[in-house]
Amino acid sequence: MKTIIRTETFSYLPPFTEEEVERQIEYILRQGWTPMVEYTDRPGPDNRYWRLWKLPLFTAKGPAEVMAELRACREANPDCYIKLVGYDPKRQLTVVSFVVYRPTEEAI
Amino acid sequence: MTNRAYEPGVKPYSELGYYDPDYRPADTDILCCFRVTPQPGVPPQEAAAAVAAESSTGTWTVVWSDLLTDLERYRARCYRLEEVPGQENQYFAYVAYPLDLFEEGSLPNLTSSIVGNVFGFKAVRALRLEDIRIPPIYVKTFQGPPHGIQVERDKLNKYGRPLLGCTIKPKLGLSAKNYGRMVYEALAGGLDFTKDDENINSQSFMRWQDRYLFVMEAVKKAEAETGEAKGHYLNVTAPTMEEIYERAEFAKELGARIIMVDFLTVGFAAHASLSKWCRKNGVLLHLHRAMHAVIDRQKNHGIHWRVLAKWARLVGGDHVHNGTVVGKLEADRQATIGVNDLLRENFIPADITRGIFFDQDWASMPGMFPVASGGIHVWHMPDLVTIFGDDAVLQFGGGTLGHPWGNRAGATANRVALEAIIQARNEGRNIIAEGRQILEKAARWSPELRAAMETWREVRFEFEAVDTLDLARSGD
Repeated sequence: MKTIIRTETFSYLPPFTEEEVERQIEYILRQGWTPMVEYTDRPGPDNRYWRLWKLPLFTAKGPAEVMAELRACREANPDCYIKLVGYDPKRQLTVVSFVVYRPTEEAI
Repeated sequence: MTNRAYEPGVKPYSELGYYDPDYRPADTDILCCFRVTPQPGVPPQEAAAAVAAESSTGTWTVVWSDLLTDLERYRARCYRLEEVPGQENQYFAYVAYPLDLFEEGSLPNLTSSIVGNVFGFKAVRALRLEDIRIPPIYVKTFQGPPHGIQVERDKLNKYGRPLLGCTIKPKLGLSAKNYGRMVYEALAGGLDFTKDDENINSQSFMRWQDRYLFVMEAVKKAEAETGEAKGHYLNVTAPTMEEIYERAEFAKELGARIIMVDFLTVGFAAHASLSKWCRKNGVLLHLHRAMHAVIDRQKNHGIHWRVLAKWARLVGGDHVHNGTVVGKLEADRQATIGVNDLLRENFIPADITRGIFFDQDWASMPGMFPVASGGIHVWHMPDLVTIFGDDAVLQFGGGTLGHPWGNRAGATANRVALEAIIQARNEGRNIIAEGRQILEKAARWSPELRAAMETWREVRFEFEAVDTLDLARSGD
């Protein structure tokens, strides 16, 4: 029986197009939150620390910069789950989090 | 200091200092707003003074030992009195209680005082506690939610959307094995939580040990299948505190992330003990509120839900049920939104249009998730996300289990609908105006959602709320 990893928000929607990802990045930036890229090859209910791709993108100005980092992370880690996170330092809380890229061999 | 003579006899409370319109409440006072309906012939000032007196230092007659203390220091005072807009012979009486009247960190003590004898007092025909201002200095004698919204999200790794739940039905009569099946299907289908109903405790058809074992197998299986953290609110409500602890310990041993208790029926002290246990043991706590409508539904008598909700936050739970506005259970829209804020925010300004009589400063006490439950389904999703925002648990019982293909499909339908609405909201679209269109688009690729939308297309619950806000119309 094949397991479909449903981790994170939007995991029950069809994979987002790049344009749809960009719109979520715009939402993060519009709210003044910090985008970050995280990745892992072992997602699961108790894996709370995915590896950070570089540092959080504190100074990102637009979606293109964030997309570039997502793509670079993907290129370096084709076998990993890669998520986009929006973080609110005022509440010390993640406010957006969803998987943008899945491992190449995991076709849904 | 002049000596006073002992003058035995009965005096109007309002002449004993309990009605004092010149009094300016101290920042440390506990403030209450009561809706007072005086008995015929009792002046409102006297009725309001009686409320202040009987809930603090006064009794029906002067006693000699009054002179052994300084009642000025301990007396509660009605400092403001106004007519309730649109109601005959009803008054909002604002009463200030000095902090010294209360034991630190004791909800039983606070409630025995301010909602004690006074509610049966003959001089008032009916009495309702509408709101309470708990000063930060008293808030700080409590620890509040065992974990709070932020820690719960971090523990569960669920961000940027409301959480989804479902109460298992039929609420009574399933065997433990069948019950676990319902849990497994709903969680594997995409929900975050399932829930014991309030009256599922430990009956002959399903003893608690059996339920816990089957349910936790179901939870673990759903987690393995989806890769997501899942929870089932195992109800630990039990006849005695010892049994509550025994059930909580067993749930923890089995790896339960969350348990539940009925905070009103077990009593405030039992709730406080369990809240502390949950913080100590790293188990989330869901609060059911059976019996609340007995206390809070009637407009002229009892305790408003916003007050009970504040007490729930003070003593502590990570979730508590609040109205849905759109579902089958009673709730005024603005009042419900007001309570959401009181449960979640750190500072809530007075706003009479939402039924909030006082500023409330929680002094950084963690917030809790309001739970919307009762008669909601996929079509309500745009309204629910608008009313509740992200930090809420949306519980679809019938709206999951009643799906024509069963509850796995029902769960998937709800999750798809929620995520489609959240995606659209983040993109800046108007989810109320475009809600139908957004859901219909998602239903084109999600057969589960399409079937749910066809099943519940026409279901609405349009009854006037009984417990409405009494507001002065503009221009009054």
